[in-house]
Amino acid sequence: MQYQSQSVAKLYFIAAIGLFVGQILFGTILGLQYVIGDFLFPEIPFNVARMVHTNLLIVWLLFGFMGAAYYLVPEETETELFSPKLAVALFWIFLVAGALTILGYLLVPYAKLAEMTGNDLLPTMGREFLEQPTITKIGIVIVALGFLFNITMTVLKGRKTAIAWVLLLGLWGLAVFFLFAFYVPDNLVLDKYYWWWVVHLWVEGVWELILGAILAFVLIKVTGVDREVIEKWLYVIIALTLITGIIGTGHHYYWIGTPEYWQWLGSIFSALEPIPFFAMVVFAFNMVNRRRREHPNKAATLWAMGTPVMAFLGAGVWGFLHTLAPVNYYTHGTQITAAHGHMAFYGAYVMVVLTIISYAMPLLRGRAAANSPKAQRLEMWSFWLMTISIVFITLFLTGAGILQVWLQRIAENPEPFMVVQDKIALFYWLREITGVIFLIGLVVYIASFFVGGDEEEATA
Amino acid sequence: MSGSFTKSMARNIFYGGAVFFFLLFVALTFDTHGRLPDRDNRQNLTEKVVLGKKVWENNDCIGCHTLLGEGAYFAPELGNVYKRFGSKEAIIGFIKSRPAEGVPGRRSMPQFNLSDEELDAIAEFLKYTSEINSANWPPNIQG
Repeated sequence: MQYQSQSVAKLYFIAAIGLFVGQILFGTILGLQYVIGDFLFPEIPFNVARMVHTNLLIVWLLFGFMGAAYYLVPEETETELFSPKLAVALFWIFLVAGALTILGYLLVPYAKLAEMTGNDLLPTMGREFLEQPTITKIGIVIVALGFLFNITMTVLKGRKTAIAWVLLLGLWGLAVFFLFAFYVPDNLVLDKYYWWWVVHLWVEGVWELILGAILAFVLIKVTGVDREVIEKWLYVIIALTLITGIIGTGHHYYWIGTPEYWQWLGSIFSALEPIPFFAMVVFAFNMVNRRRREHPNKAATLWAMGTPVMAFLGAGVWGFLHTLAPVNYYTHGTQITAAHGHMAFYGAYVMVVLTIISYAMPLLRGRAAANSPKAQRLEMWSFWLMTISIVFITLFLTGAGILQVWLQRIAENPEPFMVVQDKIALFYWLREITGVIFLIGLVVYIASFFVGGDEEEATA
Repeated sequence: MSGSFTKSMARNIFYGGAVFFFLLFVALTFDTHGRLPDRDNRQNLTEKVVLGKKVWENNDCIGCHTLLGEGAYFAPELGNVYKRFGSKEAIIGFIKSRPAEGVPGRRSMPQFNLSDEELDAIAEFLKYTSEINSANWPPNIQG
């Protein structure tokens, strides 16, 4: 750690991991509800558990992104953070607001929560992923503005690198597109149209800028490859991302009442969306092969190489699988979508946050360069446990999805939804077992933080 | 990627590409707005439908169901439920009859204790939704 103010990142990373645990616990509850329908009913109905699962995911990734920004921006810009105090204050505000929101989901019926928080004044609740009470959404905007102010001022007073700019651009984009969460028109088609301006333009747009910047930063650190080379790749990758991904939004506009030319535009452009992910794989492996130093943090290097591979598989390959309109006609809104969602989120965003944590946390905890080989071995075990689990979760959901599509939509006598769900229960059981293994992987991951031992000599 | 292809060229492609395709997206959005009146069933967007959408949102229906294929995959598609059930009364009857304590071992919709006005509104909202031109999706009545 070169700058004192980078230390605020530690708080953010710890919170991120804590909320990650909550997300996975609720994931295993959901998985069980798929096969034991009345599990925890009516205390925690499926929709409530799902809100907790998805909202915790979003919030902990945001904590991870903010932690990453607080860690890497001072080092990139070669200056202390504009205001470490503001960063700490915003951390607690965000954590408390997030915790209260989750408690609200769990303790009162959703309609009651809407009433208590005055949703009628500015109705924004009840849309997938954006279920937060309006007051929480306003809180998110305030925290985001404070955070962006802090990071922007830091960049403006320091050295301006491409990585810092791209990160800043991604973070500003994240905040700007979130504003569409406040636009909830009565017209359902328009509602859905602009809902994607938050969801798609986040995960297949500006978040990829954040992903690229974090990955580029870690690759410079662990490989020692020239910054000019890495930043050139970064620009190429994010150029491909936005060139394909913006019009690629059209793959959500096939069946929601929007004009049918979107079937062409969405199919063509989103079919190209795997390209930037493929470029990212080539990039990461190339940089590691051309490394100029043997960085002692092997675990961080593993995460940095795993991220693009899993992002390519989850977002790229599993996205392409059902993105063409004639295919999507049959797969839209089935377990195929769930399969894609799980591997894409893990591969792209979970793994990049774990990459920066893996690189930065030892330094934040006062180590010279890396954790002890023993701790790293445990961390790498957790990498494989979680990553292989997510691969199998994805495969089982894909199996469930293929059967669902066949039985419910293609077979000569299409069967009702619930009948089909019973028939594919075996796949849900397999998914649940794999989910438990993922949870074990996460426990191993956390355990790796508590393993001591001597640090290996840095061989720079 | 070395030699004559420089970082500033890559940067220019990024900025140029991002701006161009975002503007194109905005232009397509304008065009979509112009075409929607023929497709989105807005002539039937009554006050009751608007109330129904609010009931839909305030009870987080999207947390289990899909609507035009979007949402959660735990419970049936509802974009075409009006056609599947055949009438508003059937929809209202189903929602009203959910057991508060669930069904042993099975998935069951919670009992939301909606008022008669809310029940009528949600059914009207689902009727309106079923009349949106969704390019013949879903493939069949099972959703």
